Amino acid sequence: MIAVIDYDTGNLRSVENALRRLGGEYVVTDRADLIRRADHVLLPGVGEASSAMAKLRERGLDEVICSLTQPVLGICIGMQLMCRHSEEGDARCLAIFDADVRKLPSDMGLKVPHMGWDTVLWGPEAVTEPNVPQADKPQQVCAALQKVSPLLKDLPVVCYVYYVHSFAPTLCESTVAVTDYGVPFSAALQRDNFFGTQFHPEKSGATGERILQNFLRL
Amino acid sequence: MLAKRIIPCLDIKDGTTVKGINFLGLKNVGDPVELGRKYAEEGADELVYLDISATNEGRKTFAELVTRIAENLNIPFTVGGGLSSLEDAGVLLRAGADKVTVNSAAVRRPELIDEIAAKYGSQFVVVAIDAKMIDGRWVVTTNGGKRPSERELFSWAYEAQERGAGEILFTSMDHDGTKNGYPCETFARLSERLSIPIIASGGAGSVQDIADVLTVGKADAALAASIFHYGEIPIPVLKRELHQMNINVRM
Repeated sequence: MIAVIDYDTGNLRSVENALRRLGGEYVVTDRADLIRRADHVLLPGVGEASSAMAKLRERGLDEVICSLTQPVLGICIGMQLMCRHSEEGDARCLAIFDADVRKLPSDMGLKVPHMGWDTVLWGPEAVTEPNVPQADKPQQVCAALQKVSPLLKDLPVVCYVYYVHSFAPTLCESTVAVTDYGVPFSAALQRDNFFGTQFHPEKSGATGERILQNFLRL
Repeated sequence: MLAKRIIPCLDIKDGTTVKGINFLGLKNVGDPVELGRKYAEEGADELVYLDISATNEGRKTFAELVTRIAENLNIPFTVGGGLSSLEDAGVLLRAGADKVTVNSAAVRRPELIDEIAAKYGSQFVVVAIDAKMIDGRWVVTTNGGKRPSERELFSWAYEAQERGAGEILFTSMDHDGTKNGYPCETFARLSERLSIPIIASGGAGSVQDIADVLTVGKADAALAASIFHYGEIPIPVLKRELHQMNINVRM
């Protein structure tokens, strides 16, 4: 059973539809016992980080999430809440990942929010991939691309995923995929049983379906 | 790098697709869900479904259809057509739409943009603008281009952005249906003035037209209907050719 954590931050329907398409049995819940018992846990989220964090705390779900040992996947705001801190509403978050969530730069001639399909690089092979311009691979990005995550198994080292966001986590020890939009940021994070994607796998076509399938097979 | 988006637009009347006859291998060309899935598999980056039903019964069918589209599609989709209130937007959000377009209703009552953006977020509101050149001025029209309004394209687009629109979908009524290309200079001016993405609609007849509006016109996305529906330019061919022209598209 998959538990989709419902903490009243908006529409969970697209995540539910994606799970249904993959044939996954799921329950949408804020009950700690159901979340603890689930084989996989999804933390979705839309909206604003500090109010989302407050809603998790109100329900005591902050401690529940940190204590989980089964695979947990945060999507978009869900993943941001698993970082240390978010600039959006100056929110102290769960600190599962050693990243801070910062506003994307709006002075680089790029439109914010970052919306649409963008490339994500992952794994050491992306560093040597000839189709990726050298400019997209500064040293900090190359360093962050050394780890391989089972979340991205069987995908090309450069693929397109769908984004809608104005804030993003910095690069850190747990970065397993990178997108560059004015600054390089963590497109996907992994630490032990905790995973996160800044993009929306439930809207990222066949690539996104593969990522969700990889997660559900863990 | 952020890809330029290619967006097929499907007109829906009483729950079925109005155009779209040249698809081989489709069991039911009239089924908007199946047609949408076909486009998604071919590489469409998003889809727009426009309800052109004139009756209340037809509109109810559309909301049911949106639920089925959301269940079956794994890429983002926008719905619109006749949306006139926050309640309408809420119904479509709960049915699973990623975005809604507002057009005439926002011209009549611009606060609608603020209301939808405040409740559901800017990413959910696309303001569609139909305009035509009258005496050297881009006049915003309503009711499918039939009625000229008091508003002018550039100031209205800017106002829509300031009120919380997440994107602008601009159609030149002078170019729509002509297949002679887009007014690229107008698109470029619009894109330079605004900080939100611009979707170009109306006028595409060739790959070059689309390439021009994405480069010279600085549009973030191109929307088209008939060139896709009648198989004149299949999406894989369009994307391959754009890619060869060094335009960044999702392959």
